[in-house]
Amino acid sequence: MTLVYTLFSFLYQTGDAFAFLVLSACGLAIIFGMMGVINLAHGEFILCGAYVCSASARAGLPLPLAILAGAVAAGLVGMVIERIIIRPLYDRPLDTIVATWGVSMIVTQSTLIILGSAMPGTGTPFGSFAVGPYSYSVYRVVLMAAAVATLGVLWLGFTKTRFGILARATIQVPHIAQALGVNTGLIYSLTFGLGAALAGLAGGLYAPTMTLVPTMGSAFVVEAFVTVVVGGADIFLGTAPAALVLGAAKAALTSWQGQLAGQIGLLVAVIIVIRILPRGISGWILRERA
Amino acid sequence: MLRPNPLSRAIALLEGPQTQGRGTPFWASFAVVVAIACAYPLFADGYDVGNNVYFFNWTFMALGLSLIWGYGGTLSFGQTAFFGVAGYSYGVISINLGDAYGLTLFALFASVAAAALFAALLGYFLFFGRISGVFLGIVTLSVTLVLERFMAQTAGPEWRVGLARLNGYNGMGSMPSLTVPWFGGDIVLFPDVQLYYFTLALLVVSYLGLRILVNSRFGNVLVAIRENPQRAEMLGYDIRVYQLVTFVIGSAFAGLSGVLYTSWGNYITPASMNMTAAALPIVWVAVGGRSDLTTTLIGTLVVLAGFQALTIHGSQYALVVMGVLLVLTVLIAPRGLIFGLGTFLAKCFHHKTTAGRE
Repeated sequence: MTLVYTLFSFLYQTGDAFAFLVLSACGLAIIFGMMGVINLAHGEFILCGAYVCSASARAGLPLPLAILAGAVAAGLVGMVIERIIIRPLYDRPLDTIVATWGVSMIVTQSTLIILGSAMPGTGTPFGSFAVGPYSYSVYRVVLMAAAVATLGVLWLGFTKTRFGILARATIQVPHIAQALGVNTGLIYSLTFGLGAALAGLAGGLYAPTMTLVPTMGSAFVVEAFVTVVVGGADIFLGTAPAALVLGAAKAALTSWQGQLAGQIGLLVAVIIVIRILPRGISGWILRERA
Repeated sequence: MLRPNPLSRAIALLEGPQTQGRGTPFWASFAVVVAIACAYPLFADGYDVGNNVYFFNWTFMALGLSLIWGYGGTLSFGQTAFFGVAGYSYGVISINLGDAYGLTLFALFASVAAAALFAALLGYFLFFGRISGVFLGIVTLSVTLVLERFMAQTAGPEWRVGLARLNGYNGMGSMPSLTVPWFGGDIVLFPDVQLYYFTLALLVVSYLGLRILVNSRFGNVLVAIRENPQRAEMLGYDIRVYQLVTFVIGSAFAGLSGVLYTSWGNYITPASMNMTAAALPIVWVAVGGRSDLTTTLIGTLVVLAGFQALTIHGSQYALVVMGVLLVLTVLIAPRGLIFGLGTFLAKCFHHKTTAGRE
């Protein structure tokens, strides 16, 4: 029986890490996969989502709506930033990293100046359940479900809707798509907004579980970066499997040596993986298929 | 045939297609600037002079980043990792060995070597894995952020190396300053006039040395790789080796900054490796003009001085201004503000001289 309990504990930890990696990385992965832009202000969109979620939850909005409000707010801010800063730089993808880093500095420091060094949180809802000797947070299970649901919705969105088809056409051959009458500028704007909204969603979902400080974004970005690096450019063939593998590795290392070992192990694993699979898991899968 | 005199032969080594500024006017103004820098302590208070060494401490990291990013085209956003590794190494070594017999100078070399070794190890995986532009940036940035988190949790008494406590987020202090053994007593390089001359000399040597490097065959190949990696490879150059060597040299310079900073303030904290600390070198180098050593150096000093002034007058807004400066530079003057100004002045000057001849 102890074995079952330990196994459940490991599965729970893996699921928890998987949810964290998927949710924190999918916004970054969509923007990178579709536009080739690495958004270093990713952490600040997460921050935006978390703050809006927390503020509206304390103003009386039910938590699910507050989380959505966080996602929408981050998405709108993302579209504005795309229009002002990213759009002039599409032909210089390396410069977009630097520009978004500037945005990140501005947002972090302005948040500190305007809203102070911390914001009161909302407290984790739902309480906990017990399996054998260990007790688990119910909300973490909700987060795992949210991660799977997010992947599902994105998959449906990109394969079944008109936006999905136009977006995929735009990434494949932008000029042909444009020649066929697709408003590629609008598609890029919406895609960036979608990525930012997903970051905001991650922030909103995790807002009840952590302390809200202006630098909270950097708690997410390392994990998001490594997941995207290991996954490669495709979100479904890359980010999801990468999050699963890294999640299991992180859970194993964390339960063996503690939280920090999990993070360091993750980074070392990534550096070794890119030596073997430079184009990430999705590059590897696509090569196998071709 | 005229045999060129040694001076012009030396200058020929320093000049080339990869650096702005050449000929008598440039080197005359260079000599004037160095002379003013040398004379400055004669007219200023020792305390102020020592504080201003602070600006010089960072220029090495900036020059190294200019080499890696500007000349090599490699986005290394985690130079602060090497800064921190060398800073902490210096602290650990110098606290354990003490400051007698010039052992702090040994600590200086050992710490820079530690940073270079770390860069070589990391760079091997990155460049030989053929990681391309964007990913390199985020992997190196992740490395410095993880190092920061690692050092931040070393508060407990079990985190000690010999006599040196790492002290977690509070930072490590009370390491001895650099000490040069000299006839008739050691010279301790406190933040004062001696340290100023020591750092200034290092800076001039580093600047000239890097100019020679980028104008050598190595530098030309490096720029060729930046311009078109595939073409350079087809021409028979092993671009991985060139990029790795560049990364190691540039990171050693970041390490040198780390040692000088730690010795200057007798203090190093994990915060020197966080996201903000990692962003500042990017601002200095991007604003100055990363593809040239001279503009990088001038830009770094100007931005640092501006940052310092802002910190004094409106402490919190300084970082916002840095962010705005970075965004504007990328949008308006992608080659750097100082670089743009330099090209503009050179054009005016050139125009005047040709107009005079007509």
